[in-house]
Amino acid sequence: MPAITPEEVAHLAVLARLDLPAEHLARLRAELDIILESVATVSEVAADDIPPTSHPLPLTNVFRADVVQPSLTAEQALSAAPATESGRFRVPRILDDES
Amino acid sequence: MTHPTDPLMRWDDVLAGFDPVLGLEVHVELGTQTKMFCGCRTEFGAAPNTQTCPTCLALPGALPVVNAVAVESAVRLGLALNCSIASWCRFARKNYFYPDMPKNYQVSQYDEPIAYGGWLDVEVPTPDGPRIHRIEIERAHMEEDTGKSSHVGGETGRIQGAEYSLVDYNRAGIPLIEVVTKPIEGIGALAPELARAFVGELRALVVALGISDAHMHQGSLRCDVNLSLRRTRVDELGTRSETKNVNSLRSVARAVRYEMQRQGALLEAGGRVVQETRHWHEDTGVTTSGRSKEQAEDYRYFPEPDLVPVAPDAAWVEELRSALPEMPADRRRRLQADWGVSDLEMTAVLNADALAVIEATIADGADPAAARKWWMGELARLANERDVELGQLGIFPADVARVIALVEAGTLTDTMARAVVDGVLAGEGSPDDVVTGRGLQVVGDDVSLLAAIDEAVAANPDVVEKIRAGKVTAAGVIVGAVMKATRGQADAARVRELLMAKLGV
Repeated sequence: MPAITPEEVAHLAVLARLDLPAEHLARLRAELDIILESVATVSEVAADDIPPTSHPLPLTNVFRADVVQPSLTAEQALSAAPATESGRFRVPRILDDES
Repeated sequence: MTHPTDPLMRWDDVLAGFDPVLGLEVHVELGTQTKMFCGCRTEFGAAPNTQTCPTCLALPGALPVVNAVAVESAVRLGLALNCSIASWCRFARKNYFYPDMPKNYQVSQYDEPIAYGGWLDVEVPTPDGPRIHRIEIERAHMEEDTGKSSHVGGETGRIQGAEYSLVDYNRAGIPLIEVVTKPIEGIGALAPELARAFVGELRALVVALGISDAHMHQGSLRCDVNLSLRRTRVDELGTRSETKNVNSLRSVARAVRYEMQRQGALLEAGGRVVQETRHWHEDTGVTTSGRSKEQAEDYRYFPEPDLVPVAPDAAWVEELRSALPEMPADRRRRLQADWGVSDLEMTAVLNADALAVIEATIADGADPAAARKWWMGELARLANERDVELGQLGIFPADVARVIALVEAGTLTDTMARAVVDGVLAGEGSPDDVVTGRGLQVVGDDVSLLAAIDEAVAANPDVVEKIRAGKVTAAGVIVGAVMKATRGQADAARVRELLMAKLGV
């Protein structure tokens, strides 16, 4: 029983906005399968007394005072943008013509 | 602007055939000095992309750090909404591709909101008088706002048919608290007013807490309306629509009513409600279809690895709880009792959003009745004329209190007082400046009044005869002459008194 199905890989590709040919998807599925199986071995080791964690450091409540720091200028902010207009980032059409 | 018009069912037929199930999501933009995860300013209306930095632009290597005041605000709002506060919770990434989020994910909270399981009592008007309804709160969680896009080409400002879009990231990363209600059922015809009342009460609460300016027209408080209908006597939930960004209290009620009528007509015709996002159009009062709603799992939420968990200390939470301000409902009850006004009058004050300004005017020494008269009368009329909120009219409660004091002292007549208010609104300075500048003042000096009366009497011997003969109404001619001579500044009542005394009538 593979850890991930071809349909799931195809769905993930759609969500990630990746336009991948079928043979590429098949290869990715096999590779992802190996990754998932490898990761799954962790859950065999982790007993019930080990809580799942999202962060390696035992830290909580790392906060910043609500004090203004200098921002970039608009020129700096826009300097790496492929296209700009009126001090704003210009981006391609957002919606397809489906609506 | 025109939109494809959906058929609507008659309101009474909707109520006869269906029960609405309402869910509200309100985004509160916090009034912090800086953004949620970086030190950029949050000022509204700044030049585009002047309040951004590597963190909120998602430049490689930049890391977020949580704003302490934002967390405190979230805890305080949670407490005010009678929620439990999580002892430990995390941020999560909500993944989606949309140019208003430069990271391609929004940092939010998923299954571990900072506050959950609360309630808020709201008052709805019914034909049988006001009724208190308890709205259950599912959760209140922290997240960051998105950038602001404007769409170019196609129909004015709309995303559909646009050729391209322009994005300003000043708003991206401003802290938000999203408050989500549990489904509200069994409310029938009350649904629109209940939705409005909830958003209004939440807004009042946020203002009382001082965590946001809660200006709906500037988007610092935004409401999404989830609504579905189910057939009466059928125990099955219908499919819901989510109407986004309903940005005034009146529109909240209108959007609920509209969706009930639209879905009713659709279902009655054998159609099916699509689970989708709909856009509210303030100008035409309709909703139109937006993108169909992605399923929750499509966002691929996962714990934000760049941030450590938030674990509010229990003692700190209790400290914040004990320092909560008076709740808006308590304040309304107290002020209503203090002012001695009826439910009806109080409702009028609330609908005019005049509570705070009247309270402040009274605090500045004005009589409650006079303060209400000014804000609910002349000033409400002017605000309405100029289409601004009372607070934005350009006259402060202290100015109004001063005008009231001048009237009470007999220095100004009502007519003059209105002229003084006009002057203040025209930027001529304080009420006293206007009085001096425009030379407005009741001529209080009886000696000069008597001189003017003597002249008028001498000039109108025939009128004086009539008055002496008992035709008291003729006195108006003399009073009028005196008012004219004093350029309208004399107190007419005093002039009449002096005249009668002089003539011995």
